[in-house]
Amino acid sequence: MTELLIKNGFVFDPINGVNGEKMDIAIKDGKIVEKVRSTAKTIDATGLTVMAGGVDIHSHIAGGEVNTGRIFRPEDHIKDAVSKTSLTRAGTGYSLPSTFVTGYRYSKLGYTTVMNPSIAPIGAKHAHEELNDIPLIDKASFPLLGDWWFVLENLAKGDVEECARHIAWMMQTTKGYAIKIVNPGGLESWGFGRNVHSIDDQVPNFCITPREIVRGLAKVNTMLNLPHTIHLHTNNLGVPGNYKTTLETMRALEDLATNDKPIAHITHIQFASFAGDDWGKFRSAADEISKYINNHNHITLDMGQVTFTDTTTMTADGPFEHTLYTLSKHKWINSDFETETSGGIIPFQYKKNNAVNAIQWSIGLEIALLIKDPWKIYMTTDHPNGGPFTAYPRVLAWLMSKKAREATLKKCHKKAQKKSLLPSIDRELTLYELAILTRAGTAKTLGLKNKGHLGVGADADVAIFNINPETTDIAKQYKIVRKAFNSSVYTIKDGKIVAKDGEIVDNTTPGKTMWVDVRTKEPCKIDEEMKKKFRQYWTVDYENYPVPDHYLKVPQAIPIQGSV
Amino acid sequence: MIALSPLKKFTYPIQAEAINPDVFQGKTISEIGELTVYEGNKLRKLSELFSIKEMPGEPTTIQIDGDVSQVRRIGLGMKNGEIIINGNAGMHLGEKMAGGKITVNGDVGGWAGSDMKKGTIEIHGNAGDYLASPYRGSATGMKGGNITVDGNVGSDSACYMRGGVIKIKGNAGPFLGYHMSDGAIYVQQNAAPRLGASMTGGKIIVSGTVEDMMPTFSIDSIKPKVKVDDTTNVTGPFYVFLGDLAEHGTGKIFASKAANPALKAYEKFL
Repeated sequence: MTELLIKNGFVFDPINGVNGEKMDIAIKDGKIVEKVRSTAKTIDATGLTVMAGGVDIHSHIAGGEVNTGRIFRPEDHIKDAVSKTSLTRAGTGYSLPSTFVTGYRYSKLGYTTVMNPSIAPIGAKHAHEELNDIPLIDKASFPLLGDWWFVLENLAKGDVEECARHIAWMMQTTKGYAIKIVNPGGLESWGFGRNVHSIDDQVPNFCITPREIVRGLAKVNTMLNLPHTIHLHTNNLGVPGNYKTTLETMRALEDLATNDKPIAHITHIQFASFAGDDWGKFRSAADEISKYINNHNHITLDMGQVTFTDTTTMTADGPFEHTLYTLSKHKWINSDFETETSGGIIPFQYKKNNAVNAIQWSIGLEIALLIKDPWKIYMTTDHPNGGPFTAYPRVLAWLMSKKAREATLKKCHKKAQKKSLLPSIDRELTLYELAILTRAGTAKTLGLKNKGHLGVGADADVAIFNINPETTDIAKQYKIVRKAFNSSVYTIKDGKIVAKDGEIVDNTTPGKTMWVDVRTKEPCKIDEEMKKKFRQYWTVDYENYPVPDHYLKVPQAIPIQGSV
Repeated sequence: MIALSPLKKFTYPIQAEAINPDVFQGKTISEIGELTVYEGNKLRKLSELFSIKEMPGEPTTIQIDGDVSQVRRIGLGMKNGEIIINGNAGMHLGEKMAGGKITVNGDVGGWAGSDMKKGTIEIHGNAGDYLASPYRGSATGMKGGNITVDGNVGSDSACYMRGGVIKIKGNAGPFLGYHMSDGAIYVQQNAAPRLGASMTGGKIIVSGTVEDMMPTFSIDSIKPKVKVDDTTNVTGPFYVFLGDLAEHGTGKIFASKAANPALKAYEKFL
């Protein structure tokens, strides 16, 4: 029985409405409890900020693409080699950290839960093997199902219920957590060297449009009562003028929302909020997007902030990576994952003196600051696409301090300075709001009831930072706060201290892999026809396709009853 | 001048980024001897591996007498001073060099002048593979400076070159100037296949035979002579090829007309 008492810290717990009050947090057996015995180990958090462990909603940390990226970028690793210590293993860092380093670095930032979006279903085993190797954080992955053949077939037939049963089977098969949709219809088209350019374009061979795919899967998500909404990467991502497609996608989902609850999460919104007809006339559409979000409650967003570093872009959106390739002429990996998805990887350096990059940087911050309700937008860099997750403290500094934003904007391309809305935005996020953007809001959207807060019964995932909100003006002294967020004073995972003062002090916490065990009233129809398809079109037979239970080192199945 | 000479024949590779005029500067002989280098996986003092003596001459000069072909990273990132090696040198000689001069009276291993920015490297012998090429995967090669090789160079040299001048008095291996975007390479003798593959700019001049011209280069003109740098002009005549067209490149390959009768067939496209 391990007991821990965090005494006298300034607690920020938005889910329970706690805003910087001095409180004690009691922990027993990996859970937050009302009180502990007086013999419990005590952490003196006087003058420190206490938050729940961070919950990252979108960060590519494992899977085929990430690993291919690692192989692809030796010049990225040489910059950042990590030696072993008595507790931690050696590895490499920077934009594509090796598995162990990923766990260590997230832990030092005070993060305890990370969502790995987009794994090709056929790569699920690989992704889970890597997730097993990432220590100190809980994780889950989202299988790519927006261009999954059986989904397209069922939705084209109009059989949403059978589609839902099939998705339930897929969640069990891939040990997935949520439905990920990337450029719906576009990935299937990319197999033929084509793309879809609006949400009403036809997908070749399937008699279906992106609008029908997104709406269909949103309905499926509701039928199955999945904890998260659909996780959507919109069409035309990274193309100037794409904000119109983004708005159309949002409008297409309006009527499906019930009880004012979100029906979809649109990810890395920065890359989907480009205005202008071409790169020359490129400008921000933050105003249009934030206006829409301020007036509607059915969508949540994450930023996908650009951070001016040398990083690696990777997405299942093959056609988008092709666009990037034509712009950058850098080395490029293009792939087609059998029948399932496409993929692309390109190294990319975001530069302040590049007008487009600088405007992109501005867009992410503009959207985050113009959306009034912090529960609707979360902080990410779409690691590693906008920058590695180790850049989060910088993003937080920009969000909470106008001074920090001005300091960076001053160094940006003149055109970006002129076009940026940032000088007109005075908003500076408080620690309470930052806690929503990084833990409370993401946990709520992901349906993680025991995470993102410090109420009784929650998982004992806690991050303590060296910020005294009484003596520090976070907007003016942003550098102090940035440093504080860079390495937590304590990171506590499942009631154990895993990181202290930026050093890893525990190597016995592997972190759980969460997945949704969706039960349907009737089982999914698995007939000879389906098995035959596997034999014909996949390299793996139906019988060998599922990820078996023993594959997950520390599985945490979340039982869910679907309504079909 | 500091003179080093190996105390034994080295069996294991030595990572000697400490052998660098910038590091030696202002240090006494005994302090230099205390500098650490890795021999294999063992940390050693420089004085355990080399005899170190002070000799008359420039204080910023280091002279190495003897075979140091197992010693790597000599002059890593050096900015000033001079290194003279009387013998063969190991891999990564003058890597990330930003100034000063290195002279080798012998052969050098691979990756010499890798990621070089400024300065001069003179090799009075043969150079290994990847001369002046960047680290694997990186797309930023040699940015400036001068490299002269009296002998031959290996394969994949001057990859991703962005500036500077390389003069090779012997033959060049395959993939010379792969993906180069600026700068000049002069080969006095023959060049192996895939010369200038994927190049987008800069020039390669070959006074000998071009073994195989890539099909993605097209003939532009015949020029009587060509300028390598401010001090060197080479007389031809030369066939001038533009490419690599697969990359929409505007790089130029100058191939000697006299030494390349096989390229005569291109003349009909002029």
